[in-house]
Amino acid sequence: MKILVCISKVPDTTSKINFVDNGKKFDENGVQYVVNPYDEWYALVRALELVETQGGSVSTITVGTSADDPTIRKALAIGANDAVRIDAEPVDSFFVSKQIANYALKENFDIVMTGKETINYNGAQIGAMVSELLDMPFVSLASKLDVVGNVATLERDVQAGIEVVEVEFPFVVSASKGMAEQRIPNMRGIMAARTKPLNIIPADDQKPLTSVLKFELPSPKTGCKYLDPESMDELVELLHNESKVI
Amino acid sequence: MSVLVFVELKNKLSKAAKEAITYGKKLGSVTVITYGDAPDNVLSEMGEYGAEKIWVYRNLNEANDQVLCSLIVKSAKKTDAEFIILSQDQTGKAVGPRVAAKIEAGHVSGAISLPENSDEFTVKTNVYSGKAIAYVTVHSKIKVISILPNSIQPVENKVDTSISNFEEDLGLGRIKIKDLKPLGEGIPLPEAELVVSAGRGLKGPENWGIVEDLAKSLGATTACSRPVADIGWRPHHEHVGQTGVAIRPNLYIAAGISGAIQHIAGVNGSKVIVVINTDPEAPFFKAADYGVVGDAFEVLPKLTTAINNFKSSQV
Repeated sequence: MKILVCISKVPDTTSKINFVDNGKKFDENGVQYVVNPYDEWYALVRALELVETQGGSVSTITVGTSADDPTIRKALAIGANDAVRIDAEPVDSFFVSKQIANYALKENFDIVMTGKETINYNGAQIGAMVSELLDMPFVSLASKLDVVGNVATLERDVQAGIEVVEVEFPFVVSASKGMAEQRIPNMRGIMAARTKPLNIIPADDQKPLTSVLKFELPSPKTGCKYLDPESMDELVELLHNESKVI
Repeated sequence: MSVLVFVELKNKLSKAAKEAITYGKKLGSVTVITYGDAPDNVLSEMGEYGAEKIWVYRNLNEANDQVLCSLIVKSAKKTDAEFIILSQDQTGKAVGPRVAAKIEAGHVSGAISLPENSDEFTVKTNVYSGKAIAYVTVHSKIKVISILPNSIQPVENKVDTSISNFEEDLGLGRIKIKDLKPLGEGIPLPEAELVVSAGRGLKGPENWGIVEDLAKSLGATTACSRPVADIGWRPHHEHVGQTGVAIRPNLYIAAGISGAIQHIAGVNGSKVIVVINTDPEAPFFKAADYGVVGDAFEVLPKLTTAINNFKSSQV
């Protein structure tokens, strides 16, 4: 089984988010980068579990600059066999998807995995776009993935509940919470990661279709109005007359 | 300007569908594409929100991403649409970016506003899991916009409506649907306008009755914090926050949740936040509109009684 896992670097979940240059640029000051939790905890770990029991290999792919290398090494330390970095700023989701698809087309992967979204852009776009560019089915928001032979059984979130689906190789899947448990890399993994292949490949030409004009922070709350636990009638009155939400 | 709006219908018109049609109507003349066997009264109700043409693909009851993508792309071509609007729900997440990639159109994921008044088409979306807002500009002629539920209010805007069957060869889906474990009745969290949520302060799953009582009185959906879902007190689909569901209800009531930055990220799109906590230093109070320093075990039942009194005074 040959699996490709798409890995993205994101600010740690506890990061304070700020912007500089009039909201044009993310303020990296004091920010720790990690592998996007959905890519790492669920997609990558499940991919490793599958090849550990059934044989095969797990490669990771990232579209980014050399600043991404430490997070890619982290994925290798957790257990991926090798990594590819397409050497470019990830300018928009279509650009990134196109690079990943162009690489995957040459390699015949059985499963292409992504996290359900990154925690910085929250776009949930890459898996769906890559699957279209590869002409593969896309199982989105999957919380369970099992494989027998070349058929996978998955559980995924749909509006009506949890759907159980079956799909043949090859396919694209986005991983949500529940697909696997987080793994902490051990010292041997960290040492091994230093010598595992990280292939750097130039990007293909592709004009971005979208761009971010600027960022801003949500307007802060004007202050909390405190109520006595005995005055819940007053709270209801405020919710009705002042803020008009009930 | 021709606008194609994709909606999924059950036996009633969902709020998300009304929002998507309202959004489309603000941009131009709306054609709705949908599938399945929704009854005529549900179809024609879309005219109340501005749908001029309604196309229904009848012989399809299962959402398969490649088939739906083909349905949307073919109907967009037929109506020469410059905008394709979807709801950013589970189906929208699977299909919206796929449609955009197929026709090489720019895609906005989770728009929370109508376009800004600027030269190029620009809309706001939530990024950094709700900790920031991005203004996204789309450069392509055709634009695919997936709108986040509860971001805009549905507006009635009655037009003359025609309903017709849409017939095209859409190919076959490659995902076989074997089973569905339904969530049960009630409004799904992302669409809920009123949400009552609780965390570790409730001390155990057996104490959730007071949360459910309040939710029932209000007609609200229940939610929880991450630790509570992780230790199995509540189901995972109730977990709101950075790694759970991000929601933007009108009212979010949080009891016994201290307000970690990851939790606040998932709920700070809420219009009004009420925080109930015994600890006056709980960080959640900084993000709250109304705060009650007190024990959830006492405050929640009192609030439920107050809601019940209010509701009976309204009749």
